[in-house]
Amino acid sequence: MNEHTEKNIGQSQHGLKEIFKRLSRAPLAMIGLAIVVVLVFTAVFAGFIAPYGYAEQDLMAAFEEPSGAHLFGTDEFGRDIFSRIIYGSRISLQVGFIAVGIAVFAGGFLGAIAGYYGGKADNLIMRAMDVLLSIPSILLAIAIAASLGPGLFNLMIAVGISSTPNYARIVRGSVLSIRNQEFVEAAKAVGSSDLRIILKHIIPNCLAPIIVQATLGVAIAILTAAGLSFIGLGIQPPIPEWGAMLSGGREYIRDYAYMTVFPGLAIMITILALNFLGDGLRDALDPKLKR
Amino acid sequence: MEDKKLLLDIQDLSIHYVVESGTVHAVEHLNLSLAPGENLGFVGETGAGKTTTALGIMGLVPNPPGKVVNGKILFEGEDLLKKTEEQMRSIRGGKIAMIFQDPMTSLNPVITVDKQIAEMVLLHNNVTEQQALERAEEMLELVGIKRERARDFPHQFSGGMKQRVVIAIALACNPTLLIADEPTTALDVTIQAQVLELMHELRRKINTSLIMITHDLGIVAEMCDKVAIMYAGKVVEYAPTEALFNHPGHPYTEGLFNSIPDLDSDEEELKVIQGLMPDPTNLPSGCTFHPRCPYAVEACSKDVPPMVEIEPGHFVACPVRGKPYLHLGK
Repeated sequence: MNEHTEKNIGQSQHGLKEIFKRLSRAPLAMIGLAIVVVLVFTAVFAGFIAPYGYAEQDLMAAFEEPSGAHLFGTDEFGRDIFSRIIYGSRISLQVGFIAVGIAVFAGGFLGAIAGYYGGKADNLIMRAMDVLLSIPSILLAIAIAASLGPGLFNLMIAVGISSTPNYARIVRGSVLSIRNQEFVEAAKAVGSSDLRIILKHIIPNCLAPIIVQATLGVAIAILTAAGLSFIGLGIQPPIPEWGAMLSGGREYIRDYAYMTVFPGLAIMITILALNFLGDGLRDALDPKLKR
Repeated sequence: MEDKKLLLDIQDLSIHYVVESGTVHAVEHLNLSLAPGENLGFVGETGAGKTTTALGIMGLVPNPPGKVVNGKILFEGEDLLKKTEEQMRSIRGGKIAMIFQDPMTSLNPVITVDKQIAEMVLLHNNVTEQQALERAEEMLELVGIKRERARDFPHQFSGGMKQRVVIAIALACNPTLLIADEPTTALDVTIQAQVLELMHELRRKINTSLIMITHDLGIVAEMCDKVAIMYAGKVVEYAPTEALFNHPGHPYTEGLFNSIPDLDSDEEELKVIQGLMPDPTNLPSGCTFHPRCPYAVEACSKDVPPMVEIEPGHFVACPVRGKPYLHLGK
């Protein structure tokens, strides 16, 4: 028995290795993965990496160009932009991943029920989703954020709910195409319950589009969060948030372009990396593409 | 037909599909029975209602549009149609297992095969996941697949091996009744032979009854004790295999035999049964076969022919062709 268990563990590790191996064949995906890993690392160890505190003001050193002392320069209050970007990665990643997590769970659940049962449940859920979709998602997020009040947690909920319909639609579509396949009928013939069929047979088969959409979604969520912070409904100052920094630097863009360039670059690189990774993962996770 | 000993006794079963263009009478007043340990061949052309009958037994007729409108399905003396969904769930797989037509699509592509077998074991036995996986590997070995391949995905197997996996899943819980829905249709001939051989052998080992749905009379001759010939939702002939092959009673059965090409004679054209399967939303009156039947008389279009026992255990739903054999029964 012991030997058997050991063998099993060895083999499941082998499975992960296999996925990594396939991922490593796509150089862009590896670049994306590397950047995401660095970002996560920065977010976790922000306190050690950042040379200054995110709210540390030095009015004597305001509007300084990038230099050895201030790698990315300083803003209107003399805060070190490099440090703020590093601390900002915490906020942005948190908002991005948790908001998408909320959306994937809520949307996935609703979409799976709609797709699997069809009929009335489908109509009810999808029409509700259509109503949500008919409101521009930034407007919806604004409405939710405004009613919940500003704050990190409320921001995540607002962004999460506003992107739920997208996931519901994707999941429903995939479930519809998988529901009628013979292996689902075979699973019924084996005596599986509906819940088990949805969770064990249908969801794993539509993971690929969800993963791609989710990685793209993290990027969109970061942008939406930035937008909400810009109009004062998201993160409150002095907590650094890339979007808020971007809009804060907007007034000085003619004279001190670096104040917007660096947070903008941070957002761009993060989003690009997530997209590369998402595409690579889609290929790597699909056992049908295994060679 | 003694009632008590029967494993499966289908009485007057009708299953209809209600679609826009009308009601499809997929199964009409079907009677069928199966004794424990018996092998029943279920023959008929595409659309005759074989699969629908099988799904009816499993309680898996897609609803809507399908609906069991009439009849009883007695399994071990209990009516399956009266069971709750939960009770049916424990019967499916546990007592009645089904093998589907196409092994390419009846396995989940993203789950390794051992887990798919283990799922069946876990659902019906009180075991740990570890034990279930152990059992899965045993089952794989039983169907002739090496243990080392247990952690492979379905796409890494060939068609014949996939069907072996499907068989392993179906037999994992020692079902009392196995329904095989054209298990070899998607396979090429040499693999067919292997798979049939395997099923035959395993069936004896595990001692289950079998309903073999097929349109290949050769398979029936090889595998089955009894045969039911189905046409347009009805069983038109039910007989021990030997009797059916020696003297088919129903004109439709006769037509089926005639359409098998003969090796010895050199013929340009296949002898087919004239005409087409009737539109299932608009079945002919009386005997549904009468528009295509070379022996049809006027009465055929009026009355639904009853099953007549032309010799012990050999039932035919054709009064015209059944008559000459009547003396055999006495």
